[in-house]
Amino acid sequence: MSRLNREIARLSAAEIVQHIAQGNFSATECTQHFLDAIDRANTRLNALITVAGEQALESAAAIDQLVQSKKKLGPLAGLPIAIKDGICTAGLRTSAGSRMLQNFVPPYDATIVKRLKDAGAIVIGKTNMDEFAMGSSTENSCVGPTLNPWATEFVPGGSSGGSAACVAADLAPTAIGSDTGGSIRQPAAFCGVTGLKPTYGRVSRSGLIAFGSSLDHIGPLTRSAADAALILTTIAGHDSQDSTSAMIDSGDYSTALDESIKGLKIGVCREHFGAGLNPEIDIAIQEAIRVLADRGAQIVETSLPQTEFAVPTYYVIACCEASSNLARFDGVRYTHREPGDDLEQMYCQTRAAGFGAEVKRRIMLGTFALSSGYYDAYYLRASKVRRIIKQDYDVALESCDLILGPTTPTAAFRLGKHTQDPLEMYLADIYTVSANLAGVPAISVPCGFSKAGLPIGMQLQGRAFAESTLLQVAHQYQQQTDWHLRRPVF
Amino acid sequence: MNQTTFDRSTIRFQDVTTVIGLEVHVQLQTQTKLFCGCATTFGGQPNTQTCPICCGLPGTLPVLNARALQLAIKTGLALNCEIARHTKWDRKNYFYPDLPKGYQISQFDQPICGAGYLDVSDSKAAFPARRIRLERAHLEEDAGKSLHDESPRGGRSKIDLNRAGTPLLEIVTKPDFRSAAEAKTFLVELKLILGYLGVSDCNMQEGSLRCDANVNLHVACDGEIIATPIVEIKNLNSFRAAERAIEFEAERQFGAWQKSGATINDAPKQTRGWDDNIQATVLQREKEESADYRYFPDPDLIAYHTADAEIESLREQIGLLPAELRTLLTTTHQLKPSDADVIVGQGRGVVEFFLEMAAGCGNSRIAANWVGQEVLRYLNETNTTIEQYPVTVTEFVELLALMSSGQMDQTRGKSVLNEMTESKSGLASAIQKLGFVAVGTEEMRQLAEQLIAENPDLAQQIRDGNVKAIGALIGKARKLNPNANPGVLKTEIQDLLI
Repeated sequence: MSRLNREIARLSAAEIVQHIAQGNFSATECTQHFLDAIDRANTRLNALITVAGEQALESAAAIDQLVQSKKKLGPLAGLPIAIKDGICTAGLRTSAGSRMLQNFVPPYDATIVKRLKDAGAIVIGKTNMDEFAMGSSTENSCVGPTLNPWATEFVPGGSSGGSAACVAADLAPTAIGSDTGGSIRQPAAFCGVTGLKPTYGRVSRSGLIAFGSSLDHIGPLTRSAADAALILTTIAGHDSQDSTSAMIDSGDYSTALDESIKGLKIGVCREHFGAGLNPEIDIAIQEAIRVLADRGAQIVETSLPQTEFAVPTYYVIACCEASSNLARFDGVRYTHREPGDDLEQMYCQTRAAGFGAEVKRRIMLGTFALSSGYYDAYYLRASKVRRIIKQDYDVALESCDLILGPTTPTAAFRLGKHTQDPLEMYLADIYTVSANLAGVPAISVPCGFSKAGLPIGMQLQGRAFAESTLLQVAHQYQQQTDWHLRRPVF
Repeated sequence: MNQTTFDRSTIRFQDVTTVIGLEVHVQLQTQTKLFCGCATTFGGQPNTQTCPICCGLPGTLPVLNARALQLAIKTGLALNCEIARHTKWDRKNYFYPDLPKGYQISQFDQPICGAGYLDVSDSKAAFPARRIRLERAHLEEDAGKSLHDESPRGGRSKIDLNRAGTPLLEIVTKPDFRSAAEAKTFLVELKLILGYLGVSDCNMQEGSLRCDANVNLHVACDGEIIATPIVEIKNLNSFRAAERAIEFEAERQFGAWQKSGATINDAPKQTRGWDDNIQATVLQREKEESADYRYFPDPDLIAYHTADAEIESLREQIGLLPAELRTLLTTTHQLKPSDADVIVGQGRGVVEFFLEMAAGCGNSRIAANWVGQEVLRYLNETNTTIEQYPVTVTEFVELLALMSSGQMDQTRGKSVLNEMTESKSGLASAIQKLGFVAVGTEEMRQLAEQLIAENPDLAQQIRDGNVKAIGALIGKARKLNPNANPGVLKTEIQDLLI
């Protein structure tokens, strides 16, 4: 590895942008560095489904032109970024990890992709994921699982496992994921990177292939909270193409990072420390609490009483919405199509062959739960519980500024461990799904390692549109710790 | 079932009541589709008015075209509906190749327009005036069109998504109609109102107005009512088709009931299609149970709150509607109901033309006659609208004044009008072109004197009271001066001789 390559691997996103702007190395050199890294590691890790080598180098050359002619550069000029394959990229295959869309090339960019490109970021590839974001291990992908760079017999988490693994393994300095029930935060925790799920409506969903529309969020996976702030600043803000996009101003998320957290009230929620929490994780979280208390944060006890109902509520709503969202994949227009003697047979064969087992399971669950006679007992009841869970957050966040707890009950599990028992897999989301139901922002930050050498994540959840506070606390924590700087050898 | 207690063959068709409810789909006239920016114009090359959103590509999201909602509210207000202050969007899930998303965005339990009514009556009193209650009117997106290969080889079907996403207002009535004629009158009146509102072009051939009818029979037997199974008739793409289909269906159901005695409890709801070629309804499908559309709120769209001010501002844009204009024409303007109906039935433009003409000439009946006969004849013959009519109200009024002052007779007046419409010329040049010269009062008296002097025999007969002789004398006047108004001349002759 050359000196330049070693250097790039250690740089933060902001530093990469700065070096390119100053001409210390070119965008092309930087992009090539990451393409080479992908070339070396992707066959093994399977973190990217599609590598956009040619387009990325073209974009990088365009940035270099700007640098040479001293033109104004965007805030992310030359920064390589990997995009989850469930987010549409114009002219670049977007399969959502599904056989159904294995040849789908969108004619448009998702709003966030457009914003990233406009800011000068370079899309380096599309990351592996659980099919249609349904899963917590990236094992449910039509191209096979992504491996955890920290220990390749373990899962990287999911569904944004490819994005998390990319950042952890230095295949990309930054990545974008989507989070419907924890799909950014849980893989961030499993791979030792920082993952932010913003407030619902903060980042446009336009161009994100929908799983559960009212729960889907887009957010960054990065090496640090500071990098997450940089990316969020570019992708946040109102979008007229998404009716659920908030009209609230977003601003620069980097400005408040260095502000003191002295006197900030951090709530610790008793429901996050019950049965099922691995003691190693418990210890790491307690240690993180101590670090933040030392920085002047005030630790208070709080409660989210309905936490135990979050997982079933989540699975009802997410599956109901998914059953409808995935109806468009019917073999008629742009998807995979299986032949059939008549229309119904074509539909059945196409959907039987195009979807994987977990997707079919959730479509059936959702279809059932919305059916006449069951709607009230499932969808309607789940919607009511969701409102109560939201109220829990309102109450809890009155007496504290944010809530701290574990991101996951255990560290990464072995490949294949939960594939036979989906219910067990669903419990991996126990601490993360509530934030999706309530729509509040949440971030996962590396806070330690298990004895087996697997990363542990701490989750911070905040008030709606208070991403700044989460990023500030996460950044202050990362100033005191080096968990986020450790890199796997794979 | 207690149909064994009486003999069905003793019941005659005229003893049963036909019960009809309508579902009308109206395409709202917006520039762009309900949830994307594509054009809504009819007749484009297949799939040229489409985008990723209305094609249902993954990742795309709907954004409401608020104009469609405004047109829906306007229609609701005109139909006396309650307007929802809080409305939302729901997904109606079903698979069909021309439904790109696998669901239709519609309104399930909070339609923009709630209960309302429309009064219908027949100007010739063919049936008693009736208030048809409306259950609701909701906004939804249209599906695309499937084009099936009908050739013997068959096989390939094609999909045109130009129509997919076009805003539709579905208006649902209560089962308040008792005859096909009532249903037809309702449809005609509804179409008229929609035209007055300017919310739809209501072109039935192009599918801008589509109608389904639910029909069954109520048979009164021994003090109780027996209802026959409900049949939904689809594909009624003209008023005539709607009327004929309902008539046919009522008779068919009566025959079926006489044969089998099956009631609403014995058979599921049936869907039949109207076939214009054979003038009959044809069985399409029998629903074992109603389809489960798994409605749920669309998470991609936000609820819409209608402000009172918005409703009031839309109400102010409505103007007088057909029923109010009919009343105006029969009371203030003293027209016969049938004449008022003819004028109002032509749309707001013709009514305004009439009102201006009546005001200009000061005689509503004369204005109504000329509008009802000459103007409408021209519009029909040339298939044009009143906006394209070549004669201005001002000139028309001047022409009427020439006639009422006796300077021109009716026959010549019509000739002048025809000349004006044909050559698109003004009043003066039309008169000049026809060589019509106004004959002054003095000239007219001289003409009368000359006629009497030259025809003493006829003059004597007139003095003797032979009325027909005046006609003969006037006939001779044509040779002397073809511009003389016979009516005026007659008065002159009478003045001189009687």
